[in-house]
Amino acid sequence: MLYRIEQRPEPSASMRIAAPIIATALTIAVGSAMFAGLGYDPVSTLQAFFITPISSLNGLSELLLKASPLILIACGLAVGFRANVWNIGAEGQLIIGAIAACGVGLFYPNPESPILLPLMFVAGAAAGMAWAAIPAFLRARLNTNEILVTLMMTYIATLFLSWLVHGPWRDPAGFNYPQTALLPAAAMFEPFDYAYRVNSSVFITVVAVVLMWLFTDRSFLGYKMKVSGAAPHAARYAGFRESSAVWTGLLAGGAAAGIAGMAEVAGPLGQLSPQISPGYGFAAIIVAFIGRLNAFGIVLGGLLMSLLFLGGETVQMNLGLSSSLTRIFQGILLFFLLATDFFIFYRFRRVPEHA
Amino acid sequence: MDLFIAIFTGTAIAATPLIFAALGELVVEKSGVLNLGIEGMMLVGAAAAFWAVIAGLPMPVAILAGALAGAAASLLFGVLALTFLTNQYAAGLALAIFGSGVSAFLGRGFGSAPIDALKRIHIPLLSDIPVIGPMFFRFDPMVYFAILMFFVISWFLYRTKSGLILRTIGESPETSHAIGYPVIRIRYLAVLFGGLMAGLAGAYLSVAYTPLWVENMTAGKGWISLALVVFATWRPLRILLGAWLFGGMTILQLQGQALGLAVPSELLSALPYLATIIVLVIISQNRQTLSLHFPASLAKPFRPAT
Repeated sequence: MLYRIEQRPEPSASMRIAAPIIATALTIAVGSAMFAGLGYDPVSTLQAFFITPISSLNGLSELLLKASPLILIACGLAVGFRANVWNIGAEGQLIIGAIAACGVGLFYPNPESPILLPLMFVAGAAAGMAWAAIPAFLRARLNTNEILVTLMMTYIATLFLSWLVHGPWRDPAGFNYPQTALLPAAAMFEPFDYAYRVNSSVFITVVAVVLMWLFTDRSFLGYKMKVSGAAPHAARYAGFRESSAVWTGLLAGGAAAGIAGMAEVAGPLGQLSPQISPGYGFAAIIVAFIGRLNAFGIVLGGLLMSLLFLGGETVQMNLGLSSSLTRIFQGILLFFLLATDFFIFYRFRRVPEHA
Repeated sequence: MDLFIAIFTGTAIAATPLIFAALGELVVEKSGVLNLGIEGMMLVGAAAAFWAVIAGLPMPVAILAGALAGAAASLLFGVLALTFLTNQYAAGLALAIFGSGVSAFLGRGFGSAPIDALKRIHIPLLSDIPVIGPMFFRFDPMVYFAILMFFVISWFLYRTKSGLILRTIGESPETSHAIGYPVIRIRYLAVLFGGLMAGLAGAYLSVAYTPLWVENMTAGKGWISLALVVFATWRPLRILLGAWLFGGMTILQLQGQALGLAVPSELLSALPYLATIIVLVIISQNRQTLSLHFPASLAKPFRPAT
């Protein structure tokens, strides 16, 4: 019996929904095999990875705390990805947003001012956008590949942060640790309950998801960007300028990442240190794809990715497994997701032996 | 004079991993496929080679292990991009993330001790010539091998029939398929070759250049190699020159740190990344040259109509 791959007459609607589920199931299957191969009991390891982290109130708080920046950034990035604008430097934009927000929080003359937090928000968003404006300008005006520029700027942002916390911004009372002083209370988001770390910044993400939905599904600019991504020639013929898609895409991603950085420093971190993100900016790229570049999907994708981060931490603490497993799982999930997407448009068809 | 020789040889050594990775990617892109995952393949290659050295395998076997690991990683991308026709940007990014995870996982038991690096060879007689000897004839074999690969790939792409077929496929897979060339199979071979070369580049970093294990030790060299291919406007000689330019930048920056310049080391370390951006900007101005050598079908999924 032979099988042949053939194009479906129409993209399969049921496959569109089933593909992410199949991809997640396959990821878990490969994960179990991997754990078994490493000599761990797959059932208890999977439980430690996927169930234990969210079986307590604190776990759920951590899930939201990590999902929030991922969803926020993914929403911003998806705006660009829809138009084939490849901002893969959200990690750098997050770092710069965090630096700007922390700078405002530390050096604003009145540390008890109620406008401190809003100022930090503006600073974070503006800094993220400014960092993304450089590749946007280079791509829109000087025809320079944005993938490479956004990525190079991430390395530069990381080094800049390292310089700040080792040098001029180092806390003089910090026992020589490379970190800034702690932010004043007025510069921090209020947690819902002091027993848990999740804080009111999740509302920013909620607003971002709604904005993203309005933009992509209800606005003309969103429609134009989708056309530029899907059919650049048609877009040009219709008079949609490519450069406006480049600017919108990169600035949306930069703003979202900058705000996410601000929320990290004004939330769980409270100060800057050389390592402020566990790779949210890169993971958000995967989240945007898992969510098929639409708002609702991104929320689900963000929660799943957050669970992968938490699971990685849990197996590290409970079983002594390396937290790099998280990145392996992220990669495998994206591989399977991309592969299963194929079956939205194609199917296996059994062909008789003598055909 | 000693400083000059140190900078000259340092440049050639720092350029070696870039030459391997960028030449490999050149072949991949000439076939019309864009694999963004070089960083991931390099890391996997670096980890595999380092592991092989720790396990007591001889050096050539370790380097081969690195190359094969890179090729294996590239196969993941190949299946996605060529068989499942996924977006090549996304598939490449997935490989970059996956490779960094796998290498960190493999490397968790490596410790922080350096290993005995790949030996440099003093070519008899020639290496004793004053100035010229230490400048040209005292490298480890991989430095020479990288240059040899430059000649081999230039010859292959522009002087052989297979190279012509590869370039034709990169220009128009539809036409090539109609003529009867196995487009998908040739693209698979190109992707595997790119993985092999990225793996070599990674192996060189971990067993010769550094030679110790640090998580994410490639530090963007995979991405810089990718930029080099654009910089070179898809021409081998310019890849060689570009790699030396970036290698030189790295060495000058390190020398600057060693001399204790009054500039913070982080800002010096940012120079190669900054230079990459500037060079990319300059190159992208010449749209005509870019479009002349740009493989027309780059990153476009292709499936033969049956």
